[in-house]
Amino acid sequence: MTALVIENVVKKYGALETVCGVSLKIEAGQRVALLGHNGAGKTTLIRMVLGLTPLTSGSIEVLGAAPGSRKARSSTGFLPESVAFHGSLTGREQLRHFARLKSVALRVADDLLERVGLAEAADRKIRTYSKGMRQRIGLAQALLGQPKLALLDEPTSGLDPIARHEFYDIVEDLSQSGTAVLLSSHALTELETRTDRIAILSKGRLVADADLATLRQSARLPIRVNVKTTEETAGRVAAELGGTRINGRSVELTCQQDEKVAMLGQITALGQVIKDVDLTPASLEDLYRHYSVAKREDL
Amino acid sequence: MAIFSVARLELLIARRNMWVATSVVMMSLFTVVLTLAGGAPTGTLGVDPLTVAATSITTLSVYLVPLIGLLLSFDAIAGEAERGTLALSLSYPVSRAEILFGKFLAHFCVLAFAIAVGLGLTAALTVWQHGMSDLSFYPLVRLFLTSLALGSTFLGMGYTVSSMVRQPGVASGVVIVIWLVCVVLYDLGLLGALVADGGGSFTKTVFPWLLVANPADAFRLLNMPDVSVALLTSGLSAAGSVSGAAGQLTSLLGWPVFTLLLAWMAFRRVEA
Repeated sequence: MTALVIENVVKKYGALETVCGVSLKIEAGQRVALLGHNGAGKTTLIRMVLGLTPLTSGSIEVLGAAPGSRKARSSTGFLPESVAFHGSLTGREQLRHFARLKSVALRVADDLLERVGLAEAADRKIRTYSKGMRQRIGLAQALLGQPKLALLDEPTSGLDPIARHEFYDIVEDLSQSGTAVLLSSHALTELETRTDRIAILSKGRLVADADLATLRQSARLPIRVNVKTTEETAGRVAAELGGTRINGRSVELTCQQDEKVAMLGQITALGQVIKDVDLTPASLEDLYRHYSVAKREDL
Repeated sequence: MAIFSVARLELLIARRNMWVATSVVMMSLFTVVLTLAGGAPTGTLGVDPLTVAATSITTLSVYLVPLIGLLLSFDAIAGEAERGTLALSLSYPVSRAEILFGKFLAHFCVLAFAIAVGLGLTAALTVWQHGMSDLSFYPLVRLFLTSLALGSTFLGMGYTVSSMVRQPGVASGVVIVIWLVCVVLYDLGLLGALVADGGGSFTKTVFPWLLVANPADAFRLLNMPDVSVALLTSGLSAAGSVSGAAGQLTSLLGWPVFTLLLAWMAFRRVEA
């Protein structure tokens, strides 16, 4: 069964339309990243999936059930953006409470504490936790009871690079066991290799929804080529390749995906004067900017 | 059961935040002082010493029990909304009613424990001073049960405020105002009206009902049925006879049901 079906969903606050006709499907085991600027409607969309905010029109189905229904809630894991647990409870107490609410064995909560790396801090008050540790408690509770759908709102904010890496390992395990994952994030670079699909929201509209390679192809963003050479030859190389000379000894040029090999041939033909070549495909950040800006201009 | 999970967590929080300790210390301190001080003048008058103690504790409880109730409850919804745990809790298979009544259950237990300790000390002290014979524990039991009803009323009010304002800081200010109005200003207002009326029709017809409509005054009347109290002397006795124990009980039992229903309705409208 499709884990999440969002169809033509609209959310209006008075005259202000924060989500405008969004449709999105997530199958079991898929990891979808939801990107968008602040106020693009990511959090509103997630809240509607949870049944916390009513829809103005359209429909949402969570595992075939209505959002917010008991069936939907018992198979959904949710990590809210910047959640703060009660400081005077310990991590274990807080997590066990959530385990009880979800009718999950307390042992599972203890195992999850270990899984997110909080085994040693589990019996300390949450007040003493760092932001990253609190985020891990949040992640642990979202994993309780093997949810069929995990909604993670800005899950990696406040995590250091190593913790982020571990976080995505957990997400990968989760999706391999069949959980559909929808996560929103601002940290774009880490999503490139860690998600199956990318959905971009801009001003409440879904402007892109595909895997990274497809997004790259259809955006036709140029590949940046940086050629390192020497100070004496940089001018000649720039002239021959048609690029611009930067900082004295390198030349920068751009090309499309289909011209890449030909361009490389041209560069290597110059022989000894070339010291190094760097190719940078359009990053997710470039793509993100391309899609959210381009579509905004269309409107 | 989700209600018990919520209650369990709230009890833990109340214990950690020293709410339990604070309530117990407040209640014990005042009841012990009043028992010792109240016992002195009775001597050989032949009045049951526990009745005397219960009467003085009643005048105190009218202020203290609502205060404890409001202090326990003002943060219940607003605090969770602010921390973001409300949205999280509501993403779990648990209903708003379960969350609210789980919290109520926990706070009710804290209140009951504090009052029981205070009155237990009173009973122990009195027995120690006067011996077991001739003691009637009925006034203490009545005081205990009516205190619970009074406390629950104000717990419900606290939740209602907490749901409506959604900011713990504001909620704490509002509940203090509510406390002032219910236990101090309301009576002062009535007293002023009585004086102005000078024993006219207001004193005989409207006043007794206005008095019993306030849960704090219904509580006072129920626990001091035949004592001529300094405060509102004429009014109290008149009110006692007009509304009767049935009216007072209805008020005291109706209020907690009403405020808790109000709290539930307010909580249902809170967007997490």
